[in-house]
Amino acid sequence: MERLGQKNAPIYEALERFKQMRVVPFDVPGHKRGRGNPELARLLGEKCVSMDVNSMKPLDNLCHPISVIRQAEELAAEAFGAAHAFLMVGGTTSAVQSMILSVAKRGDKIILPRNVHRSVMGAMVLCGAVPVYVNPECDDRLGIPLGMKLEAVEKAILENPDAKAVLVNNPTYYGICSDLRGIVALAHSHGMLCLADEAHGTHFYFGEGLPVSAMAAGADLAAVSMHKSGGSLTQSSFLLIGPAVQEGHVRQIINLTQTTSGSYLLLSSLDISRRNLALRGKEEFRRVVELAQYARREINSIGGYYAFAQELCNGDSVYDFDVTKLSVNTLDVGLAGIEVYDLLRDEYDIQIEFGDLGNILAYLSIGGRPQEGERLVSALAEIRRRFGRSRSNLMEQEYIDPEVAASPQEAFYAEKESLPIEDTVGRVCSEFVMCYPPGIPILAPGERITRQILDYILYAKEKGCSLTGPEDPDILRLNVLKGER
Amino acid sequence: MDFWYSEAQTPHVKLCIKVDQQLYSGKSEFQRIDVFDSPEFGRFLTLDGYMMLTEKDEFIYHEMITHVPMAVHPKVQDVLVIGAGDGGVIRELVRYPEIQRIDMVEIDPLVVEVCKKYLPQTACRLDDPRLTIHYEDGVRFVRSREAEYDLIIVDSTDPFGPGEGLFTREFYGSCFKALREDGIMVNQHESPFYPADAEACQRAHKRIVESFPVSRVYQAHIPTYPSGHWLFGFASKKYHPLRDLDEVRWNMRGLGCRYYTTTLHKGAFYLPAYVEELLENVE
Repeated sequence: MERLGQKNAPIYEALERFKQMRVVPFDVPGHKRGRGNPELARLLGEKCVSMDVNSMKPLDNLCHPISVIRQAEELAAEAFGAAHAFLMVGGTTSAVQSMILSVAKRGDKIILPRNVHRSVMGAMVLCGAVPVYVNPECDDRLGIPLGMKLEAVEKAILENPDAKAVLVNNPTYYGICSDLRGIVALAHSHGMLCLADEAHGTHFYFGEGLPVSAMAAGADLAAVSMHKSGGSLTQSSFLLIGPAVQEGHVRQIINLTQTTSGSYLLLSSLDISRRNLALRGKEEFRRVVELAQYARREINSIGGYYAFAQELCNGDSVYDFDVTKLSVNTLDVGLAGIEVYDLLRDEYDIQIEFGDLGNILAYLSIGGRPQEGERLVSALAEIRRRFGRSRSNLMEQEYIDPEVAASPQEAFYAEKESLPIEDTVGRVCSEFVMCYPPGIPILAPGERITRQILDYILYAKEKGCSLTGPEDPDILRLNVLKGER
Repeated sequence: MDFWYSEAQTPHVKLCIKVDQQLYSGKSEFQRIDVFDSPEFGRFLTLDGYMMLTEKDEFIYHEMITHVPMAVHPKVQDVLVIGAGDGGVIRELVRYPEIQRIDMVEIDPLVVEVCKKYLPQTACRLDDPRLTIHYEDGVRFVRSREAEYDLIIVDSTDPFGPGEGLFTREFYGSCFKALREDGIMVNQHESPFYPADAEACQRAHKRIVESFPVSRVYQAHIPTYPSGHWLFGFASKKYHPLRDLDEVRWNMRGLGCRYYTTTLHKGAFYLPAYVEELLENVE
């Protein structure tokens, strides 16, 4: 195979070549370059639908890549400093699940913070791994979970020497990073692997002055959401591995659940975005950081709002902070984060990433423009002027230490009964309950339901959070383990 | 030689003006700026290819955006002007001796520089001692001001490109806050005629209605703007544009305009039925 460089985008180039060949399609997809679905072609554009094609020799095959997809993977691995990179088309959810399924099987333990994404818990339901939670420290003023302290990770490792791996959020949704290098060293010295959920950390690989990336820190696997800060199409993602992990094994695991009809729109978007970041990422993310720093200063000068950043760093549970994350605490304006989130959309036509009980997060990325930053800041100032009130009767978020009564898989598949939510205190939950976004479970299968957790769920519902997970979409009832008390 | 400037006023309608020569073309951080000489309209300025003003018809726009609020408010001392890099609004404002301070906020310094050089007809009074020019984003500038101005004039471009933020709820809300308790805001309000402009016009009106207790719209005829039928918004905390119009006081000034009269002032608020309906739909 010829030697390619970061200026190449082999999948994209193959698609361009393929288009010129004017091949007659007697294969899927059935819309045949959009001709069979003119309305779709009008919506997405001729060019887009003509590139929605199936795996074939000139375009390689995602399940068993040997030519252009293989080259794209190698270029991505080089760009990210990984031993190998897998192109993923099932979202970072599938990258996270493949990462966990690659290292743990039924009964194996994984050490992790409780504020993981639902996809992590979902993987445990699938494979039967057992979570060992490390209490993430909580910031009292902000009510947000922080990172894992090194000594807390060490304690968990010593108490569970048979655990297979330690999983780290790098960073959390709010931008908080644990001491990843330290945790990697700890894990490795006890024969465990270190996994990183980098759904919100793509830019760490390309920007300057940002927290360390998982591959640079020596982690063994990392799920990287290229479509979040990296600019590729929604649902496209990378799974990265370090030298200690077998490429073939991970590929087999991915192929258990990944589609055999990988979308070339998603694959080419990964390819092109990787090229873009490799060539221009440093400059682009410098601009993003400036935009975020500026917006933070302006928001903090409004009064009431607290846009936090590196000042939270304490060398341990907040080892580093991702300054591209524009996280803002809203409690001193007298509004819950979710209320500000709704006002921004309903009153000001501004859609931000999420609002929780005490905070909002505006996602800045390579597509952002300064004028839009000004609009966001002005809208926040206006919300304070028009809707601000005293801080009373806002619930402060706090970390609720979960009591794990059964493994996620056992609980999920066990005999269960449906009870009115008010009657579930003391019972073991068999399903997920979460606000989405951020999609961090409030309850995971196997966890005991407490009064405190119920109050939290009811308050979040009242404030207008979008709660998901349970069988009953209105969350008036919850499934709990039968008999178990 | 056949040298024509043309602007697609809609995807299916073009305005063409015969050009003698192009005097300037440049690109700033924000937009492309061009100045032409033409036999029919004299010198004219375009931004990103869109007509901003011509020497022949600019008086209509600048008189109507300035004198309407000035004939209503009894005592304007502090004025904020957003945009207006061509200087036309300033030229009209400095005719009022009671105005003590004018803050003009223009995002693009190159527009001011080019207009000073090529369009002295509008940029002639940009050296008035009462005027301070701030080169920054209007959305940002007005955000931190509170009860400081008697009049705000929003002389914006269209609601796409650099002027986008000047058509938003947050901007109008900030203007409300920046005005004194009897302050007035007047804005360039797009045209009701072609669908895309009408949509922008409706959206702007909706957001102003939500932000100010008094919100009325008035019209003028500007030959070089799409459809020639153009609207302005009159939003106020206290004064009504017709009930509080003091014709005698304004006419005693003897300012002498070419378009504006206090009689026209009254007529300008009587809108065609379809425009009334368009606006009422969002009130």
